[in-house]
Amino acid sequence: MPEPRNAREIFVTFARIGVSGFGGVNFWIRRVLVQEKRWITDREYLEGLALGQILPGPNVYNLTVMLGYRYGGTRGAFAAAAGLLGAPLAILLALGILYQHYGALPVLQRALAGMIAVAAGLLLANALSLAAALPRRLRPWGFLVLAFAGVGVMRWPLLYVMAALAPFAMAAVWRR
Amino acid sequence: MAQVMQLFWHFLLLGCIAVGGVSTVMPDMYRYVVDENAMVTARQFSDLYALAQAAPGPNALWVTLLGLQAAGWSGALATTLGILLPATAFSLVASTLHARHADAPLALAVRRGLAPVALGFMLASGWLLLRSIGHDWRGYLIALITVVVAMGTRLNPLWLLAAGAAAGMAGFI
Repeated sequence: MPEPRNAREIFVTFARIGVSGFGGVNFWIRRVLVQEKRWITDREYLEGLALGQILPGPNVYNLTVMLGYRYGGTRGAFAAAAGLLGAPLAILLALGILYQHYGALPVLQRALAGMIAVAAGLLLANALSLAAALPRRLRPWGFLVLAFAGVGVMRWPLLYVMAALAPFAMAAVWRR
Repeated sequence: MAQVMQLFWHFLLLGCIAVGGVSTVMPDMYRYVVDENAMVTARQFSDLYALAQAAPGPNALWVTLLGLQAAGWSGALATTLGILLPATAFSLVASTLHARHADAPLALAVRRGLAPVALGFMLASGWLLLRSIGHDWRGYLIALITVVVAMGTRLNPLWLLAAGAAAGMAGFI
């Protein structure tokens, strides 16, 4: 299988994924790394994503760091991370400054209200498609409802809710 | 400066428990920056989240926008590093352990056991976004349409965000 020649190639490749990733980076990671460069197979991509899901933080970022490390050690990991984040960070900071100047304009406030509703819908759609994979049993859904109620309705600190639920939630699947 | 350091420590803590992605800890970011410290308003919080969805890169980078609004450049640094440092550290440790497979007993317990908890948190995140636009029926309608389209098609979310912005500008919401 082909491999990146050096940290520079890792950086440039992930930078391309970063700027292409309008509306989600996952699609572009797969397209560039699996289909185009063939640095990883589809199976490795899915395994890496699954591993990223059990690490804290943004899943695609975790995958990026792990792939960078695999091909270039610590240097490769930082090259991949810097590539992925560099341009998006600059664009976001520019958006943030524009927002501070013009965000209160009535027409923008109305546009943003519509975008908030869509963003909420996107988040809920993502959660629902993941929830469809949960076992049809009482226990996991009970944990889901408790987590939502504790944080969303009661507005308790998430750390406490997590600390109260996580041991039981993990023990529930550990026995089998 | 003390306030920015506290912001950093809080986001660092959230970065360590954000299993399943950053949207799982969003309710607690809200609690910290809006409810407890009034660094941004509820509406600004949601505005910035929505704005970041329309930008390239990992969605989680919206914490940079949040930090910028909450405490300027040092705030942006605090929230961004708070989330990225733990993610980087955990990923590097996983790499050095050669943890290729996500089906070791502990990994499985974390993935399967925490999934419902993380999903509950994500739903709470969606709920607080809708709350910030006043739990308006038109907001629910737009969110519902988005859920149906996003789950039923492979349309790029950018088009949905653009449609939402257009509906808002036309005065629908």
